[in-house]
Amino acid sequence: MRAPDSSIQFDENGHLKHFLTVNGLTRKSLVNILDTAESFINFGQREIKKVPLLRGKTLVNLFFEPSTRTRTTFEIAGKRLSADVINLNASRMSTTKGESILDTVRTLEAMHTDLFIVRDKASGAAHLIAAHLPDHIKVINAGDGRHSHPTQAMLDMFTIRQKKPDFSRLKVAIVGDILHSRVARSQIHALNILGVDEVRVIGPRTLIPTEIEKMGVTTTSDLIGGLEGIDVIIMLRIQHERMDGQLIPSEQEYFQRYGLTENKLQLANEDAIVMHPGPINRGLEIASSVADGSRSVILNQVTNGIAVRMSIMAKLMGGQEKRS
Amino acid sequence: MGNAIDIERVIREMAAHILSLDLPKPLLVGIHTGGVWVASHLQRELDISSRPGMLDISFYRDDFTRVGLHPEVRSSELPDPVEDRNVILVDDVLYSGRTVRAAMNEIFSYGRPARVVLAVLIERPGRELPIQPDIVGSRLVLDDNEQAKLTHTDGILKLNIIRPGNTHEGT
Amino acid sequence: MRTVIRNGQVIDPGNGINGIRNLYIHNREIIGIGSKPAGFTADREVNASGQYVLPGIIDLCVRLREPGEEHKATIQSETRAAASAGITRMVCTPDTFPIIDTPAMVHMVINRAQDLGYARVHPLGALTVGLQGQRLTDMAMLMDAGCVGVSNAQEIVKNTLVMRRAMQYASTYDLPVFLTPRDAWLQGNGVVHEGEVSTRLGLPAIPEAAETVGVARDLALIETSGARAHFDLISCGRSVTMIAEAQDRGLPVTSSVAIHQLLFSENDIGAFDTQYKVMPPLRTRQDKTDLIRGVAKGQIAAICSDHQPHGADSKLAPFSEAATGIAGIDTLLTLTMGLVRERKLDMETAVSALTVHPARILGTNAGHLGIGAQADLCLYDPQKNWQLDQHTMQSKGRNSPFYGVKLKGKVTRTMLSGKWVYQ
Repeated sequence: MRAPDSSIQFDENGHLKHFLTVNGLTRKSLVNILDTAESFINFGQREIKKVPLLRGKTLVNLFFEPSTRTRTTFEIAGKRLSADVINLNASRMSTTKGESILDTVRTLEAMHTDLFIVRDKASGAAHLIAAHLPDHIKVINAGDGRHSHPTQAMLDMFTIRQKKPDFSRLKVAIVGDILHSRVARSQIHALNILGVDEVRVIGPRTLIPTEIEKMGVTTTSDLIGGLEGIDVIIMLRIQHERMDGQLIPSEQEYFQRYGLTENKLQLANEDAIVMHPGPINRGLEIASSVADGSRSVILNQVTNGIAVRMSIMAKLMGGQEKRS
Repeated sequence: MGNAIDIERVIREMAAHILSLDLPKPLLVGIHTGGVWVASHLQRELDISSRPGMLDISFYRDDFTRVGLHPEVRSSELPDPVEDRNVILVDDVLYSGRTVRAAMNEIFSYGRPARVVLAVLIERPGRELPIQPDIVGSRLVLDDNEQAKLTHTDGILKLNIIRPGNTHEGT
Repeated sequence: MRTVIRNGQVIDPGNGINGIRNLYIHNREIIGIGSKPAGFTADREVNASGQYVLPGIIDLCVRLREPGEEHKATIQSETRAAASAGITRMVCTPDTFPIIDTPAMVHMVINRAQDLGYARVHPLGALTVGLQGQRLTDMAMLMDAGCVGVSNAQEIVKNTLVMRRAMQYASTYDLPVFLTPRDAWLQGNGVVHEGEVSTRLGLPAIPEAAETVGVARDLALIETSGARAHFDLISCGRSVTMIAEAQDRGLPVTSSVAIHQLLFSENDIGAFDTQYKVMPPLRTRQDKTDLIRGVAKGQIAAICSDHQPHGADSKLAPFSEAATGIAGIDTLLTLTMGLVRERKLDMETAVSALTVHPARILGTNAGHLGIGAQADLCLYDPQKNWQLDQHTMQSKGRNSPFYGVKLKGKVTRTMLSGKWVYQ
């Protein structure tokens, strides 16, 4: 049986209809997305950086929570596939009446949108929208609350695979604010589906959610011991609004215990890579010398974001008939 | 089908035909996968130094909204710029013409060639688009449900005729 | 008017009766059970063979939405719905607009329900003015106006000193205090139980301690204030244990649980299904089991609907923004009987938890079918198959996880004070 928050992504024939969460997808399907993304990677070299796959389709970037960076990569991805891209930085009232989110979507639906890219501060927002759209309209979740950010996780998997093609031998550490991180949740699902050896989450207990072990991870609050044997280190962003003195006493103490420095990096495997979903707080979760150092693949992550998002769009928008 | 085709000889004849066109700065581009093999053989015959370009036309196919992307899309690779070149577009079998249409669109994403000529190993009737080859290796008439398929083992090209139910091998 | 209800299976745990009996009613009263009273001639006969004859259900926690939110429901719509579900008496919380913190509001609600005549409505008065947790209400006057107790509804009295004084003051008049035990800071902006599901779905969470800290605080205050207290809507197995220990020490505390806590756990939320958004939140499977056991052992006295009708759109929002609660009066009896059918509760316990136990909590002589009792009762067909939908759902609310679901067992008739109010 599929995870309940995953089943809505599939049509009655089991084809992927929306991309809302990594949870519940098969390894084959993730590998397929990564493989297809591979073919979009060299696009920059072409005179015309476009293919006509989504020609005539309308894609709406519906961002209820501002994020220029993510929105831009979706916009470029859509345009390289020849879609018409409309950006909407919508704001909405957070009321118990709650019609506004669906009202906005229905208005846009009436404009013959084919694909919605949705970002919202509430967990489950993309699910809500997907559940209330007619069958032919697709939804990609560009981040919902603390729940899921599946395209970010996929571009992270792509970046890992570029450096470490065999997932089965990898030990991956995810460090920092797991509690509030939709990226971490999606990465945990993706890494487990791709069959890594271990996912280790590291952070102070205030930032590690209860029963996270049930998602298939080990936990520790000790970064120094926790980096041993690690091949991939994913540093998470500490949001400034978390710095109110209740979850973390101070920036100094956080950096001292959980900040990734050159010295601590030496504790991981010697070819370990360092990742960060961005934007980076230098000197809070990661030292500048590490973020800009030779082991960092942070800029690769940014570059890969476009190809991976093109791949996911192409997967959703392509037909499902049997190939003759 | 008794169409025994000597592929080596046919490719030599195609090369001779290409030479007779006297194209300046020719650029061989094969369509993935069979077209790339034929292009490699032509390269050897024509004594062109650079290896032929490879086009995977998946992103340009006209049936994407019906069947989606092929799960094993390859990146197209054109080693040299196409701008102002005489492109020799090579495919194994020309049938409906849809693949060639997609390939030409893709070539133009890389630049504006001086000229494109189409070279095919096998031409079979059944065009659905106004596309005709400039260089033809061999002509073959097949039933609608038959398929001509090129295979490549240890540098040897072989043409197979696939019929529903059984496979007949030519040479 | 003399009525006889023949051949029904009378289930009346208050009087230790469970068997096929005829029930004799004269005007508003039950005058005989089993043997015919001398000189009785029936004006009306009802054949109840194959059906249960139950005391009228007493629901300790409902919201009628009137006054203030008549677009969601009204006293008329909800008391009619109650009648159709065998509920003859219900306790409504003071969280209306305006809030029930004055005698005038109490009169308004009681009189409106009396005029309509479908079910008795007992308002709880606000414990603090405006439910703001700061100043005590005129509790004695609220009691005189007809309040059966005082409550701060879902609003948490954060200030422990205010809570202590409210309990002391209520105890002056032996007025029961209805408590929803919670710690405001631990609850925060949480919407689901803190555990596996909150972690996977990334939803703001409410730890078990939000309730157990509240229970511990309130028990300590009950012990020193001498207040008669009732814990509404408990959700954790540990709360059951804590309250049971206090009862063993002789503290005058009782508790009730919402029917949905006995049927669902956090796992039923599935993919952000807002129909399962309730407060307190659905807890773990173990909590569900512990709550059922608490009812079975009599540690939890009553099962209520925690009825919260909402309009159709109120659940169409992201989970954390969707409305909270289930419209539950239509299904309270059917679902409780389902637990009996699944052998999770025995019949006597289940019926007691809906009738005689809540009556005792309210301190009224009701919830049973003894001679001389008010003729509040219902007939229930345990075999009847039906579906909760727009035709059958009588509440104006449409928010139920059972909407569109096939159910077994339904009330066929309800009598209030000797009058059929539903058939």
